[in-house]
Amino acid sequence: MPNQEKIRVNQLTKVFLKHKERVMALEDINLSIKDGEFICILGPSGCGKTTLLRILAGLEKSSSGEHQINNSGTDRPLQSMVFQEQGVIPWMTVEENVSLGLRMRHAPKKLINERTKTYLRKVGLTPYAKLYPKELSGGMKQRVSIARAFANDPEILLMDEPFAALDEQNKFILQEELLSIWEETKKTVIFITHSIDEAILLSDRIFLMSSQPGTIKEEVKIDLPRPRQMTQVRSDPNTAEIFLKIWKHLQTEVQESRTKNER
Amino acid sequence: MEELKKAVEVEKEDLRRRQRSKKFKQILTISSPLFMLVIWEFLSQTAIIDPRFFPPPTTILQTLFSMSASGELFEHVRISLIRILFGFLLGVIPAITLGLIMGMYSSVRHFFSPLIMALMPIPTLAMLPIILIIFGIGEFSKMVTIAASVFFPVVINTVAGVMNIDKVYSDVAKNYGANPKDFFMKIALPGAMPVMMEGIQMGQAIALLTIVAAEMIGANSGIGYVIWMNYKAFLIAEMFVGLILISFFGYLFSLLLRGLQSKLIPWK
Repeated sequence: MPNQEKIRVNQLTKVFLKHKERVMALEDINLSIKDGEFICILGPSGCGKTTLLRILAGLEKSSSGEHQINNSGTDRPLQSMVFQEQGVIPWMTVEENVSLGLRMRHAPKKLINERTKTYLRKVGLTPYAKLYPKELSGGMKQRVSIARAFANDPEILLMDEPFAALDEQNKFILQEELLSIWEETKKTVIFITHSIDEAILLSDRIFLMSSQPGTIKEEVKIDLPRPRQMTQVRSDPNTAEIFLKIWKHLQTEVQESRTKNER
Repeated sequence: MEELKKAVEVEKEDLRRRQRSKKFKQILTISSPLFMLVIWEFLSQTAIIDPRFFPPPTTILQTLFSMSASGELFEHVRISLIRILFGFLLGVIPAITLGLIMGMYSSVRHFFSPLIMALMPIPTLAMLPIILIIFGIGEFSKMVTIAASVFFPVVINTVAGVMNIDKVYSDVAKNYGANPKDFFMKIALPGAMPVMMEGIQMGQAIALLTIVAAEMIGANSGIGYVIWMNYKAFLIAEMFVGLILISFFGYLFSLLLRGLQSKLIPWK
């Protein structure tokens, strides 16, 4: 149901201990994300955005605070993650990778086959179903990762800089493909990136993070009409303004963290 | 048009050169053992080296045929191969199982590591008396001897194989809800396979070493026994037949394992 709260994060904090030194990775994170929203979290590297995502993915524990993903009352898994590059398992074929979540849940065979076929087709990998990842290009591997997450049909999708390692052309193509699949399924997405263009193209709202300790500094709403296309987003005069605003924010953050480190 | 033709010609010439060099390397690989045999034959025939100790290869080959004719040689080979096969399985299967569990659970790893480290340096042959006391002098004790020598390289490589698996794959498995059994079968086992197979290759070589030595010490059959008895009777050509059989089977086994490896690890 739209407009209902899907993800809630309350006063979440994460501290790492490194050789008796305390590193505050995340401090007092509060989020409320609605069902079907596409959220980008943007911040300088080392700001703890990946840590936040890993906590939501159940791969790490928060030090204090809480987070909740609301179940829609079906037996869907709560979340699935699209990892940065190399998340495709090399000893499974493309097909086996895409069906991974369904197989691990021991879903009925028929459902597994159907869903796998559907998402292989959606990302254009049907002819490559039986190949091993070593035979795929970087862009194709990320398509496998995305198909795997959507095929699992989770309540929310978590994406950790999935396009960071791709070249520009491939990145544009995959961003638009992701948008078109997302528009069909209307899943709630949290997408981590350090690319401002990417964030503006994809999201409904952008959360800007500060560097260490990672906090959410600001929220930017992107009201561009959907379906969106890169060309159209680029030519819109409003986006230039948004771009500059975010750019300035990031620059001050980077500079601040530098002076902090020098001290 | 002319330019294109020229370019194609140049590429063709390059391809031909590469093929020639490939063929040359293949010939080199075959020629080294042949070369050694020819030198050996020559030195032995001309008595530059003592033919009583180093009979010429042609004589050894004749001896091989005459020994095979009686059928007794096949019996020895058969017995050795059965010991190797079952001893190998008896060592490899527990080694893989324990290795995977040790790789997956650090508490199990910490418990068993010192035991393995302490037992590994003891040569299996030095344990032969104890093995004979526990398992008797029958076939089973020979299999246990092989199993014990195969066990260590395989278990160590399996643990290393699991620990070598990139952490992102276990994150993926965890995030997509793999239970421990699925994790074992779909992540740990296939992920550890490449390093594990190297351990199995090593184990195979050690199994051959061990069985021959064990048969020389305490057996009245098998290839090792053939070598030792003929040496004692100073039937040197017959002894060389035993050595050649071992070399042959060792080579055969590593070829078979390499074939198995490409079947088991199609994704590398």
